Amino acid sequence: MKTDDFIALLAAQTPPVDQHAPARRFALAWIAGFVVALLLMVLLLGVRPDIEDAVRMPTFWFRLCYAGAIAAAALWVTARLARPGVRVGGAWAVLATPVALGWVAMGWVLAHAAPGTHLPLILGHTWRVCPILIATLAMPAFVAMLWAVRGMAPVRPRLAGAAVGLLAGATGTVAYCLHCPEMAPPFWSTWYLLGMLIPAALGTLVGPRALRW
Amino acid sequence: MATEVLPWLFLQPARPGPCDALRNAAKTLPMKNRHASAPLLEPRPAGPSAAEAELRTCLVAGLAGDAARYRRFLDGLSGHLRAYLRRRLPRARDDVEDILQETLLAVHNARHTYRPEQPLTAWVHAIARYKLMDFFRAHSRREALHDPFDDDGGLFVASDVEPTDARRDVTALLQALPDRHRLPIQLVKLEGLSVAEAARCCGMSESAVKVGVHRGLKALAARIRGNA
Repeated sequence: MKTDDFIALLAAQTPPVDQHAPARRFALAWIAGFVVALLLMVLLLGVRPDIEDAVRMPTFWFRLCYAGAIAAAALWVTARLARPGVRVGGAWAVLATPVALGWVAMGWVLAHAAPGTHLPLILGHTWRVCPILIATLAMPAFVAMLWAVRGMAPVRPRLAGAAVGLLAGATGTVAYCLHCPEMAPPFWSTWYLLGMLIPAALGTLVGPRALRW
Repeated sequence: MATEVLPWLFLQPARPGPCDALRNAAKTLPMKNRHASAPLLEPRPAGPSAAEAELRTCLVAGLAGDAARYRRFLDGLSGHLRAYLRRRLPRARDDVEDILQETLLAVHNARHTYRPEQPLTAWVHAIARYKLMDFFRAHSRREALHDPFDDDGGLFVASDVEPTDARRDVTALLQALPDRHRLPIQLVKLEGLSVAEAARCCGMSESAVKVGVHRGLKALAARIRGNA
């Protein structure tokens, strides 16, 4: 087909474009992923029995903010990677900040811990299952966000897949915070992060295929 | 892998103009000269070029539903993209039009991802590069399948072990010849004796040696052709 005819064909179908559609799509996908993760957590794992006491502890909120901040930053990075020609730039630094703060908290706690308690502080009681459970709770948001980003135009699909995975992991972690009994920063700044990195790695693998356009 | 912005995406005039012939002539010049002369013809403006500003206006109007101006945007863009792709694929003129249409379709399908505050060059260039990479990937896969029959046949022509192989092959082939052919070839052609010396060496007449060499080589040639 001649390029001129092709252009005429394209120009013939131009309904006005809704500038807010991408934002709505992202919001819908994220909320759906989060709600399903919450449901999964309640049905499969159950909210921790002492939740009423836990919400009075600052560490509970610190931990929740850790996961929430990573989710927000990863959402920002994902949204930027979903548009062609937009640099991620400073969003990387914003994403790194909560991770670094978690490590600072871990260092501080470990530095003030009694000798011999370091390893128990890091491993807690649930280190074997924690990353796996987080990765499982991340799956609804993972699928939903892949769908949302597919509707955009990511020109770096592998990186976009990783960002989607990290966002899904952080979303799953927010839900998991309501179940998890571990409160020590050395525990969650290690195993929560590992749990988020599992879907991120998965996103790196499926990104080039799932996000092709 | 940060997206590098190419400001010269919009340097070339979009529509065929009076200087088209000049530009076509310039295309036959080597790459280096063309690049050197481009800024002379059209000095690069400080901010976004006038062409980019106009295209951007048309696109924004098109996003609001103005079909005529959207058409003008696509028309203008296709000129710039064609120039851009030709620079990138100087040897694949046939593919340029295909990739151009692919890219225009991608721009059209992704038009909701453009935000008016974003530089148009960055957005278009990212899409064009993505589609170009797509093409290169598909192309190299296709080429890989063709390799053994196409231009890489030369790989097996020259080899460092050729003399060794040749000696081994000739020796093996010679063993199959009768003595009256084999000995003359071995003495005259391989060891470099004269016909008279060879005749004395193996107790044959000189003419018998000559005939032996001649018939022996013919037999060898026939055998090699039969094997090939």
